[in-house]
Amino acid sequence: MQLSTKHLLGIRDLTPQDIQIILDTATQFKEVLQRPIKKVPSLRDVTIVNLFYENSTRTRISFELAEKRLSADTINFTASGSSVSKGETLLDTVNNILSMKVDMVVMRHSASGAPHFLAKHIPAAIINAGDGINEHPTQALLDAFSIREKLGTLEGKKIAILGDIMHSRVALSNIYLLKKMGAEVMVAGPPTLIPKHMAEAFDIRVEYDIVKALQWCDVANVLRIQLERQNQVLFSSLREYNLAYGVKKSLLDSLDKQIWVMHPGPINRGVELDSDVADSKQSIILQQVENGVAVRMAVLYLLSGRKPE
Amino acid sequence: MKTILSSEQLAMTIKRLSHQILENHPGLDNTCIIGIQPRGVWLSDRIVGEVRNLLPAGKLEYGKLDITFYRDDIRKELHVPNHTDIPFSIENKKVILIDDVLYTGRTIRAALDALLDFGRPEKVELCVLVDRRFSRQLPIQPDYCGKSIDSIVSQKVTVFWKENQGKDEVVLL
Repeated sequence: MQLSTKHLLGIRDLTPQDIQIILDTATQFKEVLQRPIKKVPSLRDVTIVNLFYENSTRTRISFELAEKRLSADTINFTASGSSVSKGETLLDTVNNILSMKVDMVVMRHSASGAPHFLAKHIPAAIINAGDGINEHPTQALLDAFSIREKLGTLEGKKIAILGDIMHSRVALSNIYLLKKMGAEVMVAGPPTLIPKHMAEAFDIRVEYDIVKALQWCDVANVLRIQLERQNQVLFSSLREYNLAYGVKKSLLDSLDKQIWVMHPGPINRGVELDSDVADSKQSIILQQVENGVAVRMAVLYLLSGRKPE
Repeated sequence: MKTILSSEQLAMTIKRLSHQILENHPGLDNTCIIGIQPRGVWLSDRIVGEVRNLLPAGKLEYGKLDITFYRDDIRKELHVPNHTDIPFSIENKKVILIDDVLYTGRTIRAALDALLDFGRPEKVELCVLVDRRFSRQLPIQPDYCGKSIDSIVSQKVTVFWKENQGKDEVVLL
């Protein structure tokens, strides 16, 4: 049993079989997380560095916890307060860390392609924990795992990704993954936040009316409005965005079916998602966070692969 | 290929192992049986069926344990994990661990590690169908043994079960 790739740089590089292996392995790790002692010795003697060049709460804690549950040794690196502020290059930083005999690198960077660059230059296995607006593969895997847990399968299910598609790495990874696993995908939101030619490029549906999108789907994956990545005005105000595209309780109640609501976090409450929806029984946001640890354990376990004897 | 246990011998052996377990644990008070995934479960299913026939009133807790994440060769080769299902506490219980073939002892070592993550049992006993004696790499011995055989490293013991391979037989290849 082996993944077809040495690194996890993006969902784009994975085969459907790889995805299946990761999700199935995560199911077993989820069982481990229910035990009185939630720790297995699988990655004993493996050293992992978490390189976070960009802020993150959930992903960093989730990776760190996954590594600890697998008994790996971990080092945490955050760009602020490091020699990066003195002008050290990415490659120099990583090479220095690798000289200390590190086997795997988990990397979050604001520049798209940063982990791909590293993969060409260093021998350690690299896991992309989000690069710019490119991909966030472990988030897509945990989203898929959560959907599979609720609906039994991904094949033939209708998943709508709502909100800021333009700036979202989660959207891109989700689209790749869901398409590979046979789900029907729709992106919905204001036209200014959905890249042109999305429908043709990815063979997915595009919808500008959020009510129609919710009526169509089994699961709504609501994305955060990424104000930090927007350098031009793409909608008039947060209040107007909420009125036109926010997911509200009244909107969900008006549907003739129950759908599951997901969100990769952090939530802008009252913007893309109202509090009464985020905290409702239809929301599986906290289950996503829980599943994140199991999925990341599976990825780390499968990529730890064979080490030279 | 040499037959170690024929279908009839296998049935008799399982019956004997079940009786031996009941002799040591009359009434099965505070006792549970745990089969080791994947292949030990075929044997533990049979033993549990037999024990339930012999003692219909006894309360028997039965679980299945996967040891993939506890193996000591995990860095050489990754294995597909199986399902662990232990829906009860093993704290202060007598646990009877069941596997089909005892060879180097490494599987049982991993199983003991895995088991202790579920609680602290009062006692753990080991029941195996075939013991490849003189092949041990760790100091582990069975408490209940179906058949002891002498074998060399290049030989392989395979247990066939009617449920998945269409026949009941133990062979030496």
